Formats: sequence, structure tokens, C-alpha cells
Amino acid sequence: MLFGIYSFLTASLFVTLDAVDVAFTEAAVGAGISTFLMLSTLALTVPREKVRRKRNVIPLLVVTTIGATLVYGTFDMPYFNDPSAPLHSHVARHYIEASADEVGVPNLVTAVLASYRSYDTLGEVTVIFTAGIGVLALLGYRKRRGKS
Amino acid sequence: MRPPTQPHNLVLRIAAKMLIPPILMFALYVLFHGETGPGGGFQAGVIFAAAFVLYALVFGIGLARAVATERVLRILASLGMLLYVGVGLASLFAGANFLDYDVLAQERLEGQHLGIFLTEISIGMTVAAVMMIIFFAFAERGVRR
Amino acid sequence: MNVLIGHYNYWIVIFLMMAGLYVVIAQGNLVKKIVGLNIFQASVFILFISMGKVEGGTAPIVTQGVSLYSNPLPHVLILTAIVVGVATTALALALVVRINEAYRSVEEDEIHEQDQSF
Repeated sequence: MLFGIYSFLTASLFVTLDAVDVAFTEAAVGAGISTFLMLSTLALTVPREKVRRKRNVIPLLVVTTIGATLVYGTFDMPYFNDPSAPLHSHVARHYIEASADEVGVPNLVTAVLASYRSYDTLGEVTVIFTAGIGVLALLGYRKRRGKS
Repeated sequence: MRPPTQPHNLVLRIAAKMLIPPILMFALYVLFHGETGPGGGFQAGVIFAAAFVLYALVFGIGLARAVATERVLRILASLGMLLYVGVGLASLFAGANFLDYDVLAQERLEGQHLGIFLTEISIGMTVAAVMMIIFFAFAERGVRR
Repeated sequence: MNVLIGHYNYWIVIFLMMAGLYVVIAQGNLVKKIVGLNIFQASVFILFISMGKVEGGTAPIVTQGVSLYSNPLPHVLILTAIVVGVATTALALALVVRINEAYRSVEEDEIHEQDQSF
């Protein structure tokens, strides 16, 4: 349940950050499929978790150290909402300005996804297909008798 | 035994019957309008699969499986991938780079439009089929016990 | 002070990332580890999307009368990353289901014990 709420929160966060396509996908995927996956895995495995007795400090230390180092590293990064960040200056500007002439599709995200970076999208569809084959190989066969 | 007049989840069944066709239409709408508004192949595929998931949850896995058999889903997923690569190869045979849409039609913008259209359809097909495969694999694993 | 206002999105991302990482390292239950991995993944998405936002810009769909758009490149990357992420999570959870059927447990130490005791 919390998982679904978390997905919805991230989706609404994406809308406020002007990423409507991404919010759409996150809402559809996160609230629908992910929650179902978690629930069905819990139903297929042990529904109760073993309570841990000992408290371990080392993961907490590791995580805090890594977090502190990362925060130190962010001091050099461009400010939030800054239009003059190097991210927006080079290729992205070309895509925004030239896509009306070269592609003619109003949705810039689709233009980049399906036309400018179409080869990457082919790779991603292949990954999804492979994951589907993998799940089919692991959980697909129903005709077995007895333990596998 | 239940009284044979009405199933126990009558409200759910009626709501699902009214909702599932609009959900499927919405998936197609998102797919074809991915160029002018938010949307596109990925979202459409997931919404399409979600309609089938809703159907399976309300009416039972057996009925849902009768429509989306394993063979149909496998063929659909593979067809999506083949269509995508086919568009790329068509560009190759027409003399340009792989997946260069400019050469697919007489005019450059027309070619781009056609290429994006076919690509989004193939993405939608593969994503929908794989999501359904995953759902049915997980759901039927529980039935086996 | 400018640093604080300018960078708070990165710090939120780092907090979520570390929370996810902690869950992956410290929890023994395999399903919880996968949940931690998903938290980590979502934090990376937020990082990319927040870096792509431009102040005063709108969604990257070409409309009349708008001149400043948010950067579409991160959106493209994250869009496919979300769907690929759910596919890989499905694969990971399928593995967990099979591990459970083979070892009768989803706790990491119990599985290690069963593996090492031959």
C-alpha cells in the first residue's frame, strides 16, 4: 500500500516539475503494475517477516559517510531551476529549436524519443522484451507435477 | 452454497464492464495522440495492460486467459520488436542510415510522421504484451498450488 | 544562503538515495531489499527531472505563445527508465518467488545457511 502511495507522490512531484509525460508513465506504471507485483510476491512467499534481534551499526555508518560525501559533492553543481546551466545549453537547445523543422511533432519528448534518439528506444524495448522472456522462463510453466 | 441468482461481486462486475472499454479506448487515444500531447507508446502499453489486469481481477483469470493466451501474447511482443527493427531496416534499404525516418515517404516531414507512428505502435504492442505476460505469470503461479 | 536554496533538490535526492541504500544493505528480507532498490531508483528519477526543470518554463510541448520550455532530454531518459525499471523489478521478484520455492525462505541468512551446509 505504501508503495502505491509513494508512486503517486513521485508522479505528482513530476507534474510540478513540468514533466507531464514522465508523470503519466509513473502514475500508470507505479500505481498499477508495481503495487500488483509487490502484493503478489508477498502472497506467493512468506507473508510474515522474521524479526531481527541484533542492531547493526555498520550499514548506518556506511550510509551516512556516503551521504555526507555526496552532499559535499553537490556544492559544485548548478542551482535548481537555473536556465543557464550547461545541461540546457548544448544539445537540448538544438532539439527545442530545430525540432519544428526537422521532425514537425509538437510533443518534444516524443520527438526526441522516437526520432532523434530512436536507436536508444529500440534498445529499451529490447530490455523490456528480455525481462518478459525472463519472467516467462522463471514463472511460466504450469504443467509441472511436484516440486521443481 | 450461494444463491444462484447473483454473484457476490455484482457491483464490481458492472463497474468493470462499464470501465474496461473506455480504458482500452483511452490507451489507444494516448497512443495516437502522443505526438500532440503527453503520451506515447510506453504509457499506452501500460494502460492497455491495466485494462486486462482489471478484467482478470474481477472476472477471474480463466476468462482473461481465454482472450490473452500465451501464444497471442508472445506473438504480440515479438511482432512489436520486429516492426520496430523493420522500420529501421526499411530506412536502410532506402539508402539512408538505420532508423532515419526522412526517407520513408516522399516528403521529409511526412516520413518523420510515418516513422514515429509505426515506432509508437510497436512500442505500445511490446510493452502491453510484456506487462500482460508478467501479470499472468505471477497470477497463475498462485493458482497452481 | 543561496547555496541552500539552490541545492535543496539535490539534498532531498541524496536523502532518498541513502534511505534506499540503507534498506538494501541492512535488511535481510529479500522483498524488502527490492523495495529499497525501488526507492533508490525513484530518487535517481527525481534527480534527473529536477535537474531538467528551467525556471519559468513549461512542459516541453510546443504551444502557441510559449518560448521557454523545460529541458526534454531528461524526460526522455526517465520515461523509458521507469518502464524498464518495472520490468527489471518484475524479473527480480520472479527470482525471489523461485528462491522461496527452492529454499523455503526469503531471509538472506537462512538462504546462506542452507547453501553452505552440505
